[in-house]
Amino acid sequence: MRAEAVSKPSELGAGAYLGHAYLDHAATTVLYPEARLVLLDWLSEPRGNPSGAHRLARAARRALDDARDDLAAALGCGPGDVVFTSGGTEADNLALFGVMEAPPARSAPGVDPTQPCLRSAVACSAVEHHAVLEPVHALGGTVLAVDSCGRVDLDRLAGQLAPDTRLVSIMAVNNEVGTINDLAAVVAMVRERTGGRALLHTDAVAAFPWIDVAEAAASVDLLSISAHKFGGPPGVGALVVRPGVALRARLLGGGQERDRRSGTPNVAGIMAMAAAARQTVAQRPATVARVAAQRDRFVDTLGQRLDGVRETVPDRAAKVAGNAHLCFEGVASEELLFLLDRGGVGASAASSCASGAIQISHVLAAMGIDRVGGGGAVRFTLGWTTTDVEIDRGLDVVIDAVQQLRRARR
Amino acid sequence: MSTASRQARVMVAMSGGVDSSVSAALCVAAGHEVVGVTLKLWGGVTDKGCCSVADVDDARRVADQLGIDHHVFNYAEEFSAHVVDPYLSAHGQGTTPNPCIECNRHIKFNLLHHRAMALGFDAVATGHHARVRRNGEGQWRLARSVDVAKDQSYVLYTVTQEVLATTMFPVGELTKDEVRQLAADTGLRTAAKPDSQDVCFIAGNPATARQSFLGERIALHPARVVDQAGQQLSTVAAVELVTIGQRRGLGLAGGAAARYVVDIDHQTATVTVGDKAALRRDRLEFQAVAPPGTSLHGPVLVQCSAHGHIQAGRIEGSTLFWDQPQPRVAPGQSVVFYDPAAPDEVLGGAVVAIPLGNR
Repeated sequence: MRAEAVSKPSELGAGAYLGHAYLDHAATTVLYPEARLVLLDWLSEPRGNPSGAHRLARAARRALDDARDDLAAALGCGPGDVVFTSGGTEADNLALFGVMEAPPARSAPGVDPTQPCLRSAVACSAVEHHAVLEPVHALGGTVLAVDSCGRVDLDRLAGQLAPDTRLVSIMAVNNEVGTINDLAAVVAMVRERTGGRALLHTDAVAAFPWIDVAEAAASVDLLSISAHKFGGPPGVGALVVRPGVALRARLLGGGQERDRRSGTPNVAGIMAMAAAARQTVAQRPATVARVAAQRDRFVDTLGQRLDGVRETVPDRAAKVAGNAHLCFEGVASEELLFLLDRGGVGASAASSCASGAIQISHVLAAMGIDRVGGGGAVRFTLGWTTTDVEIDRGLDVVIDAVQQLRRARR
Repeated sequence: MSTASRQARVMVAMSGGVDSSVSAALCVAAGHEVVGVTLKLWGGVTDKGCCSVADVDDARRVADQLGIDHHVFNYAEEFSAHVVDPYLSAHGQGTTPNPCIECNRHIKFNLLHHRAMALGFDAVATGHHARVRRNGEGQWRLARSVDVAKDQSYVLYTVTQEVLATTMFPVGELTKDEVRQLAADTGLRTAAKPDSQDVCFIAGNPATARQSFLGERIALHPARVVDQAGQQLSTVAAVELVTIGQRRGLGLAGGAAARYVVDIDHQTATVTVGDKAALRRDRLEFQAVAPPGTSLHGPVLVQCSAHGHIQAGRIEGSTLFWDQPQPRVAPGQSVVFYDPAAPDEVLGGAVVAIPLGNR
């Protein structure tokens, strides 16, 4: 069965494509028109390979360099610090394996840099995206406790880190529940514990649309972003690597990105990503203010119209404007999402595994929310295209769906 | 529910196999509003066995071909709790479980069915070879499929009246050959896909897979194999893997008359073998009958395994008396009772109990 046709697409924003409301912007968001124009323009004529020597190649090289400059400005780093990748997952993998498999730039005294890393040498928070967790598991690393809001537990952090830790990865913003980590405080504590030797990586994939990443992550050593989370196209991202950080390349070949990531660059995608980054930064304060108000209305109205709705992170100052992660008592996430979809509303729960089934959330578990408490967990996330009409319609569908499921359980 | 004549909103459980693919196609052709659902029951880190990611892909692509929505429901926790853990503890106690029956009892025709009703569906259809019909007294009856060799009514005996009333088995009226032909004619990508064998959550070489699976999860104890006089004949590596009636894999010397496991003493790790005559019993004890509330008494026809021969007997209380002595049925296995007046219809069934003397 397909959603009914919509009469006023402009009022419905991205919801027009679903029937009522698209509230899954954290999964992927709408391409900025500026980014689409850049993408299509670049692809509409023959272009060169930036690695070449002739005019067409040099033009491509120039476009790439301009995009690199734009992105560096948006991220508060130098252009030489930017390594373009195929997305956030590749950026995270490059950061973790790249650092841990490289000869250490700053060794601990008494530690032989040619020896394989000790198990405790890499750590990440318990609520990281799988693109960080899986590499850390593969590297035999440690998982760091978080508090009930999903932030790294600073009180326990020092005790959990070994002095010879080489790399700590803490996300700037959690993609599931939206909480913002105090990166400056984390960096300070990690440096103190390891005598300034450990490197800090932050997965800023979920952060970039909502916070000033350049400022928040000024003291970290590596930073990952992903274009399709901030209005660029999917399949392109970047890793910021500060000067002096040694990285072992994962993709070997023609030596592009200063030998850090080989492969012909996706120039169109990269240019579109840079355009999206410019738009994001320029519009961020206004977007944040507008979306925060929409989110607050959505969550507050649900709390008024339904019993048993819990805002997973109740402190709105602790999370980003677009996140409305909620737990509905007495319903199962899968069932609620099914009815929401049927009603033309898109949202998500935890992460999808390869089969498409929804898994129990490792994020909620790490926050101390048990299976019962997190049973009816749904992540609603708003974005730059979200309209008030979408919020209105989203509310109607959610309320009807929750009531239907609760009636059926009796 | 027999194949509904009015348009209904139907959830089709799609495993990625040809039977459920064709069931979905038939529901669509009948004009129902159809949604395909695949259950994620098992998989974990190494995604093997039935309903792997590849199987989900097959189900989803068949759904795409049929123009219906497809969803995946995660019942992995419930499957572990109701199917896999009991499977492990049953083997640990020396009984022989049937996990397909437990999956049908707890997951497919229980949790999934209730979810379908809560989501506004009128019926659930599956790819099982079976039929549902209503008898003269207005009762819903589970019946064998047209293709007797493929009949799966045996594993469906636990399904309640309430659920049967809203269940469809579209391929129950077709032979397996007709199912494959229909799939091919419709151009479904699963038309030639081989049927899954054995237990869905155990993958690998059938000869060794079960032992590996169990060995990784429960303690396996060697056992002595003795004759009925108590004379030791051989040993087996795991008493937990031995089942009543088993003939092979006991380390017995060949030549002499065939010997079968006639008794297993799990406590003393002793497996007793005897000849065919020693295996025969005139009765068996069974546990609570399913579906709950079913009252059974008197003459019945009995099937003791997924594709076993039918034998006649009569029920008194919780004992089945065979008309003719029958080989002992392993505790943990199910016996399914068919109506002598309507031999393709299921009256109910029960799990075989450990005999009083052995408890």
